[in-house]
Amino acid sequence: MAKVQGAVKVNQERCKGCDLCVVACPLDVLKLQPKEVNNRGYHYAYMHNPEACIGCASCAMVCPDGCIEVYRVTNK
Amino acid sequence: MTPEEIMKPENLVYAKPRLLNDNHMHYCPGCSHGVVHRLVAEIIEELGIEDSTIGVAPVGCSVFAYNYIDIDWIEAAHGRAPAVATAVKRLNPSRMVFTYQGDGDLAAIGTCETIHAANRGENIAIIFINNAIYGMTGGQMAPTTLEGMKTSTTPYGRRVDLNGYPLEMSKLLAQLDGTCLVTRQAVHTPAAVRKAKAAIKQAFINSMEGRGTSVVEIVSTCNSGWKMSPAQSNKWMEENMFAKYPLGEIKNTVKK
Ligand SMILES: Cc1ncc(C[n+]2csc(CCOP(=O)(O)OP(=O)(O)O)c2C)c(N)n1
Ligand code: SF4
Ligand code: SF4
Ligand code: SF4
Repeated sequence: MAKVQGAVKVNQERCKGCDLCVVACPLDVLKLQPKEVNNRGYHYAYMHNPEACIGCASCAMVCPDGCIEVYRVTNK
Repeated sequence: MTPEEIMKPENLVYAKPRLLNDNHMHYCPGCSHGVVHRLVAEIIEELGIEDSTIGVAPVGCSVFAYNYIDIDWIEAAHGRAPAVATAVKRLNPSRMVFTYQGDGDLAAIGTCETIHAANRGENIAIIFINNAIYGMTGGQMAPTTLEGMKTSTTPYGRRVDLNGYPLEMSKLLAQLDGTCLVTRQAVHTPAAVRKAKAAIKQAFINSMEGRGTSVVEIVSTCNSGWKMSPAQSNKWMEENMFAKYPLGEIKNTVKK
């Protein structure tokens, strides 16, 4: 098992689908919903490839709307 | 472990700062203003100065900044934020006072107020969002617009013979004896965001300590005005804006 595992929680209703978190993630974890939209009509971001996340918070650093919560565990 | 197992409060490493409230920000998707708002909220929270901070909001896209960050604010007329901040800080010397201004606000209509506040060495922090355009009013040329850059008022690109040269406000402000910190940052990558945060934090501490005027320019994007996607805008900024507005500290008189 990977030593460091992460997960992110995207605030779907706050997200504006700007794609900046998707571009910033070094491990291609995130994607924008291809069809689903939130109640403002934005294709919000979601964890497309959750196993790859290391909880580095790069996505959260660049998010202009403070939508991303980052969690991380270190497996011993 | 599954994402659900990882997403436990004890494993939380990053969340939106509390001071950035739940109001939906009106900024276009991907706008740099949002990132800088988040940093301002984080820093005020970390320094524990939410009750002793007064922000001065400008006119421009960030005119509603007071709706998003839960601190005390005062709204200034276009360009007058440094003059208003001067009064606020002089009357409340124990407060941390900062302005938040776009390049149209700071480098066009408010050039006079900005230069004189900095020259007087007012103990305020100035956050200067340089997106090289008037965002709010529909993407007109700003003094900071790059040579050749297309805007709604320079549809064939800015011409130096007609419109003059892009105004480098930070370089100019660094010449003044009243400034203690002048630095140029960006928020397009995680590393840049961390550096910008450190710079704004230093500026806020300078205001509290009464060390003079601090200026933190954030070279920013206005993807709507530039007519590109947010990701393309970041790339365009790296390739074009950074040549004219290189990142880094320009002046710092505070001994580390
Ligand atoms: C006295 C006055 N003159 C002009 C305007 C029109 N106006 C509103 S915002 C703006 C420019 C804003 O550009 P900038 O400061 O770069 O901020 P941005 O919107 O790009 O964040 C102008 C000219 C105004 N509101 N008040
Ligand atoms: S925390 Fe890091 S690895 Fe996980 S989604 Fe965000 S950027 Fe990608
Ligand atoms: S950076 Fe933020 S607003 Fe943009 S798509 Fe990602 S979560 Fe949504
Ligand atoms: S017009 Fe430009 S500066 Fe204004 S919110 Fe949109 S992207 Fe941001």
